[in-house]
Amino acid sequence: MTAETPTGRPDPRRRRSTAHKLLRDPQAVVTAGLLLFIVAMGLLAPLLASHGPNESSLDHIDAGIGTPDYPLGGDHSGRDIWARLLHSINTSVVSALIGASIALIVGVAAGLVGGYYDRARSATEWTFSLVMTFPGLLLLIVLMPLTGGDFRITMAIFGVLLSPGIYRIVRNQVVGVKNELFVDAARVSGLTDRRILARHVLFAVRGPVIIATAFLCGSSIGVQAGLAFLGVGPATVPSFGSMAAEGFQNLYIAPLQVVWPSLVLGTMTASLVLLGNALRDTLEGATRRPSKVAALKAAKASAVDDASSALLVVQDLAIAYPTPSGELNEVVSGVDLRLEAGETLGLVGESGSGKTQTAFAVLGVLPPEAVITRGSIRLDGRELLGLKESELRGLRGRTIAYIPQEPMSNLDPSATVGSQLVEGLRAASGVSRQEARERVLALLARVGIPDPEHTFGSYPHQISGGMAQRVLIAGAVACRPVLLIADEPTTALDVTVQAEILDLLRDLQEEMGMAVLLVTHNFGVVADICDRIAVMRDGRVVETGTSLEIFREARHPYTRMLLDSVLDEETVRTDPPAAASPMAAVAESAGKEK
Amino acid sequence: MLLYVIRRLVSGLVLAVLVTLITFLLLAPSFDGIVSNRIGIGVTSEAVRALKADMGLDRPVLVQYLDWLSDAVRGDLGVSFFSGEAVGHTVGQHLGVTLSIVVVTLLLTVAVSVTLGVLAASRGGAVDRITQAASLTGHLVPNLLIAIALVYLLAIRLKLLPATGFTPVTEDPAAWARSITIPVIALLVASVAGLTAQVRGTMIDELRKDYVRTLRTRGISTRAVVLRHALRNAAGPALTVLSFEFVALLGGALIVEKVFAIPGFGSYAFDASLQGDVPVIMGITLFAVLLVVTINLAVDLVNGWLNPKARIF
Repeated sequence: MTAETPTGRPDPRRRRSTAHKLLRDPQAVVTAGLLLFIVAMGLLAPLLASHGPNESSLDHIDAGIGTPDYPLGGDHSGRDIWARLLHSINTSVVSALIGASIALIVGVAAGLVGGYYDRARSATEWTFSLVMTFPGLLLLIVLMPLTGGDFRITMAIFGVLLSPGIYRIVRNQVVGVKNELFVDAARVSGLTDRRILARHVLFAVRGPVIIATAFLCGSSIGVQAGLAFLGVGPATVPSFGSMAAEGFQNLYIAPLQVVWPSLVLGTMTASLVLLGNALRDTLEGATRRPSKVAALKAAKASAVDDASSALLVVQDLAIAYPTPSGELNEVVSGVDLRLEAGETLGLVGESGSGKTQTAFAVLGVLPPEAVITRGSIRLDGRELLGLKESELRGLRGRTIAYIPQEPMSNLDPSATVGSQLVEGLRAASGVSRQEARERVLALLARVGIPDPEHTFGSYPHQISGGMAQRVLIAGAVACRPVLLIADEPTTALDVTVQAEILDLLRDLQEEMGMAVLLVTHNFGVVADICDRIAVMRDGRVVETGTSLEIFREARHPYTRMLLDSVLDEETVRTDPPAAASPMAAVAESAGKEK
Repeated sequence: MLLYVIRRLVSGLVLAVLVTLITFLLLAPSFDGIVSNRIGIGVTSEAVRALKADMGLDRPVLVQYLDWLSDAVRGDLGVSFFSGEAVGHTVGQHLGVTLSIVVVTLLLTVAVSVTLGVLAASRGGAVDRITQAASLTGHLVPNLLIAIALVYLLAIRLKLLPATGFTPVTEDPAAWARSITIPVIALLVASVAGLTAQVRGTMIDELRKDYVRTLRTRGISTRAVVLRHALRNAAGPALTVLSFEFVALLGGALIVEKVFAIPGFGSYAFDASLQGDVPVIMGITLFAVLLVVTINLAVDLVNGWLNPKARIF
């Protein structure tokens, strides 16, 4: 899973705003308020009710609502339902406290030890997977002769059964945090392991643990009620479960008797779950939101003035992403590009300059939250913006093709290399399975894979990065596209492999007569292969021209700066792409621009 | 592969021995109570001691356990203290009843959760909001309350289905289906809620991955990308959750069995536990552990098939 792990770096500013955000979140305020209210009612039970929970009076058997001193009436044994309800709250609260605290103590302690000390981990792992194999409720039942049905002992055992969940959370967080720089720094500055665990690591894991606690309390209350419903434990302990069971027996005579305990029990568990969710949203950021996988609804194509015969014409293209506050943040603002058939255009710029976004827009595969605010993209005179997904699908693979940057993540890890290529080829050209297989094998040989049969049957993790990039190139050119969009096709590769891949691309282009839109930050690559160059910065094209012109006399200072940096940097980018500028951060959160 | 399965089965057996040993040790302190429970009140302590010796409960605990174990290895789980029936047979019978409910529940859970989770993750919008609300409700309402509400509504008010009782599938499939409908719905709500949330979450993560975009750029339809590629990658974690839900259902069925008077594994365990019927408790524990071990092994094998990187053969 790609979810970023919370770094847990202490940030006082964030902490203050967390409390603030929680107070402003109606869900958190209402549920927490409701819970506090219920707990207070339970604590005040002796004052609020005029009878004890087990005091029975023959005169009040199944008494109706509003009987004096019996606000909710009497149950089948003539006990005050209101009093029993209030005292049941206390039973629930005690259950929640015991269950959750045992789970937290056991889980956090073992998680810290297992996560921090590598040597202890296999022992803790084994123990907790053992605990997880117990069918929980069944074990509580089986051990009834031992516990005598006392709900406090039962809840303590249940706490142990709940602890693997906490253990996993803490262990994962600790393993993640352990190698963070601030923990290293603490170690170097002479703090003992114990202090580091207590001060730094524990601090970092608090978020997920707080969230889990709400759910732990909820399940403890639910299980205690369930067991009491079954009749486990002495009848003198008032509990929602036993009240519901008695009411259930009495369903035909007084149906409301089952409603009261259900209502309070339901309110308590529901509040805990909702509070847990509110805490999660606040502490871990907004929940993941799905979005339709399809072409974007774009603004109506606006530019029409260019009647040229170029293969690809991009005019005044602007792409924006919504910010958390709801405004649109433009990452591409008014890009113009033109690419003739058979030509190679280098689209050059730093990370976050909007080049990849532009490329995705041409392919129609921008992330769903992106908004194309204006502009036009025409391929062979046909407007692409506003096309339906099915219409775009007809173009993809056959007319426009794409080579991604990072070879490994762009192959489906659980399908064989061959099956992915065959599927693409068949989708784009409709040939038979047998013919597709033969063509794929031939393609694999063409892109320089030594043993095509073997690679065909391999899974992505079994081949090298260079091989994977060749596979992706084969996948892109399988249907002899007219336009090939290559997004940093060599960035993720070793220097020696880079040159080979560029050679392959050049050969394939000559062979098939494709136009190539080469997205790169690397002027070395550009010099090698491109006819013309467009330089992008901050979402705009700042300079265009033939490679010769630009290398000889770049006019824009930014282009000159990029060119100069080539000399220092040679041709390899060694650092990982950094999300330095705010704009890059936006694009990063969209998960696309590398 | 075969070696792996054998190794896992052996470790499963070790686990079964450990768990039954722990259970036995935990039960041992209550043997006195069990004996007097069986003999009734107002008997001399002399008689209690005699019966205890007679039942073999006066020997050292470890000897008793090893005795039980060696019998169990030979397939003899003893007889119930109270009914005198062979434990192996009756446990199997009750387990069958529960499994017939749990398996139906799981199949429906998979069908509903995968459909909802995939639709929610790939469509977003209203489908997603409905799915999330439904899954939240399932988490919110305790099992117990759903069971009570369903009995009241479907059986008592609308008289559509029998409120309680169970017909074995071998006797009358139609009556069986009717008798398990309410229990299955009651169990389904919580397990669907859990699995749907899981499928939705992992599908959202998968659909954001690079390979999804790349497959789309080759002209493969969204539907094929979602179902053939993303879903397959999301299936592994979902399967693990499903195996946890299976274990939870084995126990969770208990309340439902009690409410609906179904002679299942859980209510059998419950009664045995109340009486302190040690041989039955031991038999139940053994069956439960073996079942869980088998399920986990099956899940790991299927996971290996789904995820080539986790393949152990």
